[in-house]
Amino acid sequence: MKVSLFLTCLIDVFSSEIGKDTVELLEKLGCEVDFPEGQTCCGQPAYNSGYIKEAKETMKHMINTFRHADYVVSPSGSCMTMLKEYENLFMDEPEWANKAEELSNKSYELTQFIVEVLDIEDVGARYEGTATYHTSCHMSRLLGVDESPLTLLKHVKGLHVVPLPFKQDCCGFGGTFSVKMARISEQMVDEKVHHIKSTEANVLIGADCGCLMNIGGRINRLGNPIEVKHIAQILNHS
Amino acid sequence: MSMKIGQAPFTKRVSTSLQDSFMREAVSSAQGRLTGVREQIIDELGNWEEWRELSAAIRKHTIDHLDYYLYELSENVIKRGGNVYFAETPEEANQYISSIITKKNAKKVVKSKSMVTEEIGLNHALKASGCEVVETDLGEYIIQLAEDPPSHFLAPALHKNRDQIQEVFRTKRGYANSSNPEELTAFAREQLRNEFLSADIGITGCNFAIADSGTISLVTNEGNAEMVTTFPKTQISVMGMERIVPTWKEFDIVVSMLARSAVGQKLSTYVSTLTGPKAKDEMDGPEEFHLVILDNGRSKMIGSEFQSALHCIRCSACLNVCPVYRHIGGHAYGSIYSGPIGAVISPILGGYEEYKELPYASTLCSACTDACPVKIPLHELLLKHRQNIVEKEGGAPLPEKMVMRAFKLVTSSAKMYQFSVKSASFVSRSFLKGENMTSGPFSLKEWTRTRDFPAPSNDSFRDWFKNRSKGGSAF
Repeated sequence: MKVSLFLTCLIDVFSSEIGKDTVELLEKLGCEVDFPEGQTCCGQPAYNSGYIKEAKETMKHMINTFRHADYVVSPSGSCMTMLKEYENLFMDEPEWANKAEELSNKSYELTQFIVEVLDIEDVGARYEGTATYHTSCHMSRLLGVDESPLTLLKHVKGLHVVPLPFKQDCCGFGGTFSVKMARISEQMVDEKVHHIKSTEANVLIGADCGCLMNIGGRINRLGNPIEVKHIAQILNHS
Repeated sequence: MSMKIGQAPFTKRVSTSLQDSFMREAVSSAQGRLTGVREQIIDELGNWEEWRELSAAIRKHTIDHLDYYLYELSENVIKRGGNVYFAETPEEANQYISSIITKKNAKKVVKSKSMVTEEIGLNHALKASGCEVVETDLGEYIIQLAEDPPSHFLAPALHKNRDQIQEVFRTKRGYANSSNPEELTAFAREQLRNEFLSADIGITGCNFAIADSGTISLVTNEGNAEMVTTFPKTQISVMGMERIVPTWKEFDIVVSMLARSAVGQKLSTYVSTLTGPKAKDEMDGPEEFHLVILDNGRSKMIGSEFQSALHCIRCSACLNVCPVYRHIGGHAYGSIYSGPIGAVISPILGGYEEYKELPYASTLCSACTDACPVKIPLHELLLKHRQNIVEKEGGAPLPEKMVMRAFKLVTSSAKMYQFSVKSASFVSRSFLKGENMTSGPFSLKEWTRTRDFPAPSNDSFRDWFKNRSKGGSAF
């Protein structure tokens, strides 16, 4: 099965490791991974700030970049939610409507793709430790993917996953919110880290780089010994 | 007092609220409690999504045909001997109500809880015309004595603890007992009983008006609305023009959705329904009844992208799940309508100039949209406001506009993008302290106050991928 990876700009800039783990994981599971070099960003920073016209230029570029793909897979729930939204955004533009719909229909978040398309629940990973999982808002509420990551983590040998209290609460990232409304955002992330600490887990796992950057940033500042990992890093670990 | 509360700018309001640890604790524990009971009662009902669909369809149908139902309602109220007044502005509503006060030579008004009368600043207007106004909902009674605006639709005194309430009762009403909630409530009850008996006019809001019978419904847990509508000889009810249902059949559904979503009850303790003034063969009820139907900017929402915000039944479920509301509380919104729905409707009713920050006071986490019993896409409406501020209002700051223009250029070109990724990585290195940035430049300064910002990757994923596909080793 041929899969085109949408890396996302955050991973492109900040976490090449997550990108590598995603590629290796997909290959382990029998996929041929293609990386369209022209890819940039899903457009969300502009879109969520109200700059729809600007965002649409980015989106058109992405539609063209992934035109050839059979499947588009991304290790980010939030960016994938944005890609899925393309079909609604271009509905009234005849030149783009079909292409946007095609892209939305063939796009999957990484864990969703593994569980729903590859039909795999045990990826054969091993990771020693006690972990808790951060449910990101866009991925669970808007994309509707909340079970897949937990299903996959359940099968990781050596890993004990404990529930995170108030898991439904946003971590306070919200893209530009974290800078524009930093004073509120920092209270939200502080509360989130407090809940994470209460689980006594030594690893925090998430499937969205934005949230992980935010939560990880606070954990670092507090000097907590909790590791922050993207789910691809756990699933590719043996 | 009107819709707007306080004069301080948004950032000041937020920082004041964030420092109010008692308020934050109170809001947080109320949210926990309300969300818990709400989830329980939803599970107990079963098929929640279908109930939401049905309720959303009822609200949509009603608002789509609002002119028809408003006409039907007003005809039926008049048929039953009541009076109907359509007020386009708060001033018109207040003038009409004041004219009744004057005509009746009323000295005292008792009120049951009503957000719409807060919106029009009715108490202030009545006081100015020399009439005493007494709020009879316990929470409203407390904040009226404390001269505070409400901080929540249903629990207006949420931000006050019992010691603060004891102090308010002591200084304003000569209360001499403890801060025990039962003693406090008994005192308020005794005080209010005298107010009911001596009032000339009762004023209420309206949870839903039922068009085909000309009925006003009021939902309370204290029974004070019964007293307000039976003791005084004249009753005035004020409603937002969208607070209407076609028949009792739809009323049955939405009133139950309201109680479940608001406080996790199957039904509120009291659901009072009042149809016109006392008829000849009836024992009680007011002798005279006036219904004031307020527009105040609502009609401009009809046919606009914000029409669905008129579906709101003011249950406050969106406030109760909102993480931003939890931290900043109601007053920080600067409007009596707080939380996600407040951030949607305040800029429409009060203008962008006054409330342009509110649409940004959300992470767009969509917990509100999920909780809404009538399926208002709240986070999408917040996004529409942001789009309006950028495209129509010209309200976005220039540096942000420049950043977004650059974003468009960079992310719609593969070459520009790859060059920028490399430059960003190069530039940010000068701000690094070890592996992280602890004090960032420009807008990252705010981020790095209490959080580290990550360093860009040392190696490039793109180079790694290219190398391995050529058969080379990865670094």
